[in-house]
Parts: sequence; C-alpha cells; structure tokens
Amino acid sequence: MEIHVIHYLIISTVMMFCGIYGFFTRRNLLALLISVELMLNATNINFAVFNRYLFPDQLEGHFFSLFGIAIAAAETAVAIAIIINVYRNVKQVLTDDITDLKG
Amino acid sequence: MDITTALLSMQAEVSLVAILIIVLLTDLFLKESNPRMMQSVSCILLVVQLALNIVPTAGEAFGGMYHSTEMASVVKTILTAGTLLVFLQSGEWLEREDSRRKSGEFYLLTLSTLLGMYFMVSSGSFILFYIGLELASIPMACLVALDKYRHHSAEAGAKFILNAMFSSALMLYGISMVYGTCGTVYFADLTSALTGTPLQILAMVFFFSGLGFKLSLVPFHMWTPDVYQGAPTAVTGYLSVISKGAAAFALMSILVKVFGGMCEQWSLLLSIVIVVTITIANIFAILQTDLKRFMAYSSISQAGYIMLAALAGDGQGMSSLVYYIVVYIVANLAIFGVISAVEQRTNGCVERSAYAGLYRTNPHLTLVMTLALFSLGGIPPFAGFFSKFFVFAAAFHDGHWLVVFLALINTIISLFYYLLIVKAMYITPNDNPVPTFRSSALMRTSLLLCVAGIIVLGLFSSIYQLLSDVATF
Repeated sequence: MEIHVIHYLIISTVMMFCGIYGFFTRRNLLALLISVELMLNATNINFAVFNRYLFPDQLEGHFFSLFGIAIAAAETAVAIAIIINVYRNVKQVLTDDITDLKG
Repeated sequence: MDITTALLSMQAEVSLVAILIIVLLTDLFLKESNPRMMQSVSCILLVVQLALNIVPTAGEAFGGMYHSTEMASVVKTILTAGTLLVFLQSGEWLEREDSRRKSGEFYLLTLSTLLGMYFMVSSGSFILFYIGLELASIPMACLVALDKYRHHSAEAGAKFILNAMFSSALMLYGISMVYGTCGTVYFADLTSALTGTPLQILAMVFFFSGLGFKLSLVPFHMWTPDVYQGAPTAVTGYLSVISKGAAAFALMSILVKVFGGMCEQWSLLLSIVIVVTITIANIFAILQTDLKRFMAYSSISQAGYIMLAALAGDGQGMSSLVYYIVVYIVANLAIFGVISAVEQRTNGCVERSAYAGLYRTNPHLTLVMTLALFSLGGIPPFAGFFSKFFVFAAAFHDGHWLVVFLALINTIISLFYYLLIVKAMYITPNDNPVPTFRSSALMRTSLLLCVAGIIVLGLFSSIYQLLSDVATF
C-alpha cells in the first residue's frame, strides 16, 4: 500500500489531540510536559509532510520543523529545571498538591 | 544584499544585543566589587538605546524575513521605555538579602525577552515571529521563577512555562495549516493566498487561540492570576504591560496584514472574545482582595479593551492601539511601583487591607496610586480617558457599535472596583497602617515619570498625532 499525505495527517492529528487531552486530564507535571511535547511533535510532522508532498521544490517547512525541534528542546530544559525547583520546595510534582495559587 | 546593510537596517536589535553583552560582562567581572552597579549600568544602557533609536526607521533584511515598519520602530521605543521604568523600580527588591546575588540574571533575562519582542513586532515571516515569541517567553518563565526559595514563585513558573508551551503548540498547529494551504510562511506572500477556505479558518482559530494565551484573553486566561500573584512584583509589572503590549501589537498586525482576506471571520471571533473577556474579568476583579491578583484580572479586562482597537483594522485602529498601550504602560507600572514599594515594608503582604489608611502615612504614594487607578478606570482628564475614547472611536467608526456599547457598560463596572482601592487608602480606618517611609531615588524617579505620563499623554494631542502619522502595516 502506498502512503499518502492523508495517512501522515491522521497520525499528526491524533497526536495533537492526544496531547491536548493529556494536558487537561493528567495530574503530574512531567506528564503535562510529555503531552505538550506530543503536540509540538505533531506540528513538526505536519510541516515536514506538507513540505515533502505538496511543495517538494522548497525548504521552508523543513526549516520550520528544525526550528520547532530546537526551540522545543530549549523549552523542555527550562520546564524541567522549574519542575525540579517545585519538587525541592514542595517535595511533590502532582498538580493536586500544588494548589497554593488558585486560579 | 550584503551583511552590513542587513545589520544596519536592523539597528535597534543590533544595539540591544550589544547592550546584552555589556550587561553580561558587567555581571561577570564587576558585580563583586559593587553589587548596586548592575541597576545603574542597565538603566544607563537603556537610556542610550532609547536615544539611538528615537527616530522611527523602516527596514527590511534577509529577503523579507525581517520587515520593520516605522510603526514597529515606535512600538520598540515604547517597549524599551517601559522596560526602563521597570528597571528603575526593581532596585529595592534586588537589594534584599535573598535576591542580591540574582540581580545580574534579572537584568539579562529581561533584556533578552525585550529582544524577543523586538523580533516579534518586526517579523516578516512566521518563522521569525515564532522565534521572537519564544525568545520572549522562555526567559520570562525563568524570571517568574526567579524567587527560587519561595515556592509560590516556583509554582507560578511551572504554570507559566507549561501554558506557554501549550499555547505555542496550538499556534504552530495553526501555522502548519497555513503553510499546508498556501505553501509559504512569508507575510507578504500570504496576504493574497489566504482566501478563507475552511481549513484556513481552522488555522486562523488555532493561531488566534495561541496568541490569546499570551494576551490572556478569556477563555485562555486561567494562568494569569496565579502567575501574577506568584511572580516577583517587578516581573509581574513587566509581564502585565510590556509583553502584553508586544503581543497585542503583533496579533493586530498579523490579523490585518496576513489574515486580511478573512476579515469577516476574525472580526466576529474577536468581538465575541472581547465582550466575554471584559465582562468575566470585571466580575472576577470585584471579588479579589489580593492586590496582585486584582491587577491580573484588571489587566485581562484591559487586554480586551486593547483588542477592541484591532477590530477596526485600519490606520486609526493601529494608532489607537499603540496609544492605549503607552497609556496602559505608565498607569500600570505606577501601580506596580507602589505595590512593590509597599511590599518591601509589609513583609510581602499585598492584601487590600494592608493599604487601608495609607493616605495618613504616605500621602504621596497614595496620590500616585489614585491617579494611576483613575487613568485605568478612564476618568477624564487623565490619559486613560482619551485612550479609551480613541479605541472606542476606532471600533465604532468601523461599525462595531454593539461591542463598543457593551465595553462602555463594563467601563462603568470597572470604575467600581478601581475605586474600592482608593476607598481603602483614603477612608477605611486602620489602627496600624504601613509606617511612613521614603523609597529609593530611582523608584521615586520612575513613579514621577509615570505620573507625568498619565497627565501629559492625555493633554498633549501631538503624541496621538505622531502615532497616527506613522501608522502603516
């Protein structure tokens, strides 16, 4: 069977919405981080696939996914540093226990 | 185009990078000898930056990737001036025993977020826009979590970075659909390519919700009160005006410039979001007793008013948006200046009850706070009245009379809660109010500048005139 754009897009859409679902239901800060990574990677797949199949003579989409990966790595580094700091202060990374600030 | 011309056309960014490096080196080599030096060095360098870029210039570099208009240049100057005000106010907090060692980091991180906002407002393609946005929000998370040993700060930092990542993922998903339907991410080419097909409308909604998080519009506002309360006060001030101003300007110029062909769709979306934002924020603001949380809800509703200008989508809308941002910066920073001055004397207490009877002991600070609250509420003859008037006029001129009417009703509600604080300061009796104190010279300078701005910006029409002369997209 040949693989078309649509197959990639199904995967990326499922990833995106799994990420959104996870972000709203998970109770662990690290699980939230993993959900967000899932969303960011879904967009990277989108960019690469659109570029490869629809506009094969240019490179903008590939570059966008490269920048996306690099920036996501930077964000993750900062996020993990902050989560470690939360853990040092509260000894816990579950959102149910981090409720001093109420939205 | 060779590299020299490219660098010359982005002179504001280049000089800010130079300043960043100088601040980094000062932090590295000279801080040990004189810990108070960081503040004076950063303030002087920002004044130099203002002086270098006071004349609005337009420029383009890297094949349209970087595209700065005169209006973007004016916005950059405004953001720099606002940052200078924050720096002037931050001295007292950074001289405290527990945060003295971190003063270098504060100035460095703030300057790098400012650099990100520079790129954000003068981007000519989605790639540069995204990089600028992240450069503005990643160091911001570090700033929010700067008070490392206070766990409120760490908690606020975690909430901020996770929400920032979530929103940029939504925004990127929207951009990827724009790319998929048009085959380009350059603003100049997108204008004609976006026609309003269903996929493009979905893309616009994703993009809008991503930036809605940054601007804290309802229903994307849940993080705002927590982060504002947990962050150090100087950072909260910076977060509430500078980064919000940059995001509002960027959102408006992209909506008008890139999604211009889908004006009908986004103006409906924006109208609904604005009305909901202003109303919900007003209702919640009434319930708050913590002043920083209160200011968070106040800033959410102000974001609604700012975006009202974007509804107009023409030169008048643009100039009234930027004028609103200027007025909002001086008024809000005056309030945060007073909050952070009082906070140093009350062991970090920012409850409204702590301000009761402040008039008897600190009449000058009370006056500053009162003028700023009047300006935020829109009482004439202060600048806030005129900025609201221009925003309403711009939206009304474009035919959005229902939205303007609902916003007008909300202005009256907002007067109620702004005056609650004024009442606490002047009328509510208090047996032991905050004792009389004298803040540092730099703090007093910044409050004086803010008050001058609140009064002068409203009375001199030449400022609005200047903005509307350079208003282009």
